[in-house]
Amino acid sequence: MIKKFAFALLALFFLPLTLATPAHASLKIDITRGHAQPLPIAIVDFLGKNRTERSSGQQVAEVISNNLSNSGLFAPIDQESFIQTADSLLVQPRFGDWRIINTQALVYGKVEMQEDGRLRVEFRLWDVFAEQQLVGQAFYTEPDNWRRIAHVISDKIYERLTGEDGYFDSRLVYIAESGNARRRVKRLAIMDQDGANHRYLTDGNTLVLTPRFSPTAQKITYMAYYSNRPRVYILDIDTGREEVLGDFPGMTFAPRFSPDGKSVIMSLSHDGNADIYLMNLETRRIRQLTTNSAIDTSPSMSPDGKRIVFSSDRGGSPQLYTMDVDGSNLRRVSFGNGRYNTPVWSPRGDMIAFTRQLGGTFYIGVMRTDGSGERLLTESYLDEGPTWSPNGRVISFFRQERMSRYGDGKTRLFTVDLTGYNLREMQTPNDASDPAWSPLLPIEQR
Amino acid sequence: MRLRILPVIALLFLVTACGTGTGTGSKYSTGAPGTLGERFGSVVVGSQRDLAVNVGDRVFFDTDQWSLKSEARDVLKRQAVFLKRHDSLTVTIEGHADERGTREYNLALGERRANTAKDYLVSQGVSANRINTISYGKERPAVLGSNPAAWAQNRRSVTVIN
Repeated sequence: MIKKFAFALLALFFLPLTLATPAHASLKIDITRGHAQPLPIAIVDFLGKNRTERSSGQQVAEVISNNLSNSGLFAPIDQESFIQTADSLLVQPRFGDWRIINTQALVYGKVEMQEDGRLRVEFRLWDVFAEQQLVGQAFYTEPDNWRRIAHVISDKIYERLTGEDGYFDSRLVYIAESGNARRRVKRLAIMDQDGANHRYLTDGNTLVLTPRFSPTAQKITYMAYYSNRPRVYILDIDTGREEVLGDFPGMTFAPRFSPDGKSVIMSLSHDGNADIYLMNLETRRIRQLTTNSAIDTSPSMSPDGKRIVFSSDRGGSPQLYTMDVDGSNLRRVSFGNGRYNTPVWSPRGDMIAFTRQLGGTFYIGVMRTDGSGERLLTESYLDEGPTWSPNGRVISFFRQERMSRYGDGKTRLFTVDLTGYNLREMQTPNDASDPAWSPLLPIEQR
Repeated sequence: MRLRILPVIALLFLVTACGTGTGTGSKYSTGAPGTLGERFGSVVVGSQRDLAVNVGDRVFFDTDQWSLKSEARDVLKRQAVFLKRHDSLTVTIEGHADERGTREYNLALGERRANTAKDYLVSQGVSANRINTISYGKERPAVLGSNPAAWAQNRRSVTVIN
């Protein structure tokens, strides 16, 4: 049933180049403003000694350029307009040549196959106006793993120029959809944040829904209808092993890992009434956190592991509530008209993303954790299921178009910046829903 | 196989209703028995088709609601009679929601609807251990389309003979 898909284990080695980074570099993107002007950045194809290396170098530059461009914060400059050649860059950038084409940041590097079979990729980031090198690093990995290096370099550039953590070296797990809407085939699928390395994890014979990553990105908890018993499962991506979580008479659904990965929080339906439960994965003990006769579902824990946000229709229509992890200190946090659902605590801890339904429209929105400062970021016939990028800067969700009576109508993944700008459709092979963003992938530092 | 039959029947109800122009919701939406049975020719007594055509295999709910309307109670009363007559049968009640809600909330809602229907059958004298429930949320619409008529047909519980 489950297809085995091990992560290519990454032994990524840092080799900081000896460079004095100035304490107060002038070049920085202010991303606290609503809509920052994208920073013009030149990304030169990475050099190589032979055709294979040069081809890799070109691909690395392409991936970096694509990442930075998709963030909406950078405007990669057309390589056609470059004046200085890549070869001469390795000696010294001629900053005048870059300023004249309005470059503010310059990225170049080189790719080398090592004698031990590993790939070495080195990059440098320059502030063109201050004529200063901002970052210079080298990474080693298996040649197959070159994309991850490109993502890590993208993150380094992003971090250096925005002052915030990056998010490019991450993955998404989602539900790939196909076939007739009356009997939709749904498969668990995983891909890099940029859509590359796409794989299916299940074969589509069983209905699967709402996958979410563990904090190490090695496990996925999701809901599946094996043997027509809708229950919560955990899949270990490395081993392909999956297990049902607990043996309950009723449906279990809406699972998420706790931030420490030691528990899963979910809904359990007993005699038709859904309440929220926390299961300790080690002891398998389960604790009931809500006892309300209303529908309590979609729990999500704060990154410090102290609070839980969930949706409940105890007030008449679904609204958002927070409580301590033991179920105490209940507090309603949403008060707007319509229905609030699928709350997700941001990885920074300061915001909650949610789906709001008002009239005939669905919105993805964010609010502070006390419910103040609500902002709606997107709207359509059906926007649902926000998930945060690892740095809390970007939100992915799915958008379902209106369905004709023949069942036509696309369902696709989108991303939008926390500011509400830069709405983009993610590329997936088929229809797609229920995205869940992984944390940044682990990097071994030497 | 049995699951595949259901949408076909639902469609036939719809087509018939539209064709004869009697068609706003409640007339056919309760799956009321009528002359439809004859159109199917012979129906095996105690079969899913018998249930669907001559009894009504499904009941419908208002938006975000799981309480039974009077038409729904009528259908379930007939189902109870049917199940007592065919007392070797066990059934699964599927709870469904329309697409105008989030996936997880709709799973909970479908579960509610299935259990409400089950509770009513039990109150009518059907043994609880003959009845399973399962929620499909918005995953298995009976009628395609993003319009109020389709949504109304999809907010349902369906009694399926095991």
